[in-house]
Amino acid sequence: MKAVAMPTVSRVAVCGGTHGNELAGIYLVREMLKKRADGTEPVSVVTVMSNSRAAQLCVRYVETDLNRCFTRAALSAPVSETSPYEMIRSQELNALLGPKASAQAVDLLCDLHNTTANTGLCLITYSDHDWICLHICKHLKHMQFPYMLDICYAKAYLCPTSILFLSAMEIGPQPHGVVRSAIFSAMQEGVQLMMDWICQFNSGMLFEGGWVDVYTMVKNIDYPRDSETHVITAAVHPDLQDRDFCLLHPGDPMFLCFSGETLRYRGKEALYPFFINEGAYYEKGVALSLARKRRVQIPSWFVNVDEPK
Amino acid sequence: MSSRTNVSCLHEAKRVAIFGGTHGNEMSGITLVNMWKQNSAEIERNGLLIKPFISNPKAVEKCTRYIDTDLNRAFTPENLSAPDVEGLLYEVQRAKEINRMFGHKGSSDAYDVIFDLHNTTSNMGSTLILESSTDLFNLQMVHYIKKAMAPHTCSVLLNEHPQLKYSTTRSVAKHPIGLEVGPQPQGVLRSNVFESMRTILKHALDFNEFFNSGVEFPPCTVDVFRVQERMDYPRDTNGNITAMVHPHLQDCDWEPLNRGDPMFLTFDGRTILYEGANTVYPTFINEAAYYEKQQAFTTTCREILAANAIRKAFK
Repeated sequence: MKAVAMPTVSRVAVCGGTHGNELAGIYLVREMLKKRADGTEPVSVVTVMSNSRAAQLCVRYVETDLNRCFTRAALSAPVSETSPYEMIRSQELNALLGPKASAQAVDLLCDLHNTTANTGLCLITYSDHDWICLHICKHLKHMQFPYMLDICYAKAYLCPTSILFLSAMEIGPQPHGVVRSAIFSAMQEGVQLMMDWICQFNSGMLFEGGWVDVYTMVKNIDYPRDSETHVITAAVHPDLQDRDFCLLHPGDPMFLCFSGETLRYRGKEALYPFFINEGAYYEKGVALSLARKRRVQIPSWFVNVDEPK
Repeated sequence: MSSRTNVSCLHEAKRVAIFGGTHGNEMSGITLVNMWKQNSAEIERNGLLIKPFISNPKAVEKCTRYIDTDLNRAFTPENLSAPDVEGLLYEVQRAKEINRMFGHKGSSDAYDVIFDLHNTTSNMGSTLILESSTDLFNLQMVHYIKKAMAPHTCSVLLNEHPQLKYSTTRSVAKHPIGLEVGPQPQGVLRSNVFESMRTILKHALDFNEFFNSGVEFPPCTVDVFRVQERMDYPRDTNGNITAMVHPHLQDCDWEPLNRGDPMFLTFDGRTILYEGANTVYPTFINEAAYYEKQQAFTTTCREILAANAIRKAFK
């Protein structure tokens, strides 16, 4: 595969608190904000608390999920003082981080999240041609923390327009409203390694291509519900609980009903479950997501300072 | 002297309530109570009038711990005697209502038993919470439950501390019992946690039924953890936490914490050690709802409580 030259990554944004109760990112951003930039950093980093109001209240969102306010429609909708807080905020963030032509333009955005699911450390990218994200994933395998590393391709979420590359760094399991030191340390190390990669890239290092396992979202599965009341009638089966990224075969247990009955996976294709039993997804009608795994070849990667952005 | 003279004769415990949703995001109890409200077959017992009840329905609807104030701290004498006026906090109104329905607290008309179902983000496993070291009925019940659940461990937490004790929802009853099962994130239902709580209640109701039918329970002892002290996170002058529970302490509920053991890890990587003189047994380690209550964990000491034999008093 032919090597690819890319422009310098001059400006990076690290966002925490997109959901105000996902604490590792919030505390990491607070720590990063304490360290004042002295102008000698090889890469300029903008650190942002995306939803500070929700973070203060330690809730996922105040009026509406910020991470769903970055559609084209939401970003171009007229807003006023009476608009939901998160709708106003998404437009502010888009203006802060998005516009390419401005001096503030950001080349890469990393949005920090936690999940109650047992995903380990997971990079989420929104394009299956996001070579930077895949290269960073390869680099993160150097982490001393024993977390699995996977990438999912999902619909665009925190996605200001015109960002060159972006991803979410999702680490679980951690309850919402709790910071676990091992999770915080893993996130801190993950962000540091990402910065190291960027610095090495910018200084001319060639990153060898290779193969990366990518999990691509196929569908969501909801809980079984009572047809009249819509109340859930089962919990994720103990054999599936905490088994994110472990292959689920047709016939494997999926839910254990309160009545004692086991419901099994009825799909024809073995798929990889992830975001199993995420607390915030009950209201979205998602018990787990299913993905297909494929090996993606990534090209060798190096900087070309003359490459236009 | 016949040993029969050492049997404590207690009133029949007929009226029993099962409370779920005292905290609206603790899902095991909410799910169990809603299930039993629809179909109570599983909880029916001879000689018992059992009422499953959602204590804080507004909080349950929003899947949040509380609306205005923590219901499980709201059953103070001041709140319960507050006049019915507009502008009362939702949970204070609710506490008064619950006191009318299941109390009045302290009176002979109060419900005999209330089981209050809770979850925690802490790794406490199955825990039974008592508020008195001299309630023989409760001591015998937890002894029965522990034996029935074995080899699955049931820890017993005793909060009789004069300053740290609080006015719980269940305190309206003559025999209040807290069921606390974790770890489970708020807003999440884990099958294993759900089934553990369901099984604990099954044994509790069995005990109650046996007791009411006249069965005598011999003297017993119960290993308990008695609440000693609340330990807060280190904080800065703005009240923000500056450290997290240390990885060596995280998830080690009920295990000994000795002087010199790691306790907290600051965000910039420094370890803070436990400096107490005595070995303690921490619990409620890193409970999400306790950050705002200035509580990283609670220390306890181990104690053995003795209970007389009991049986139902003859009419």
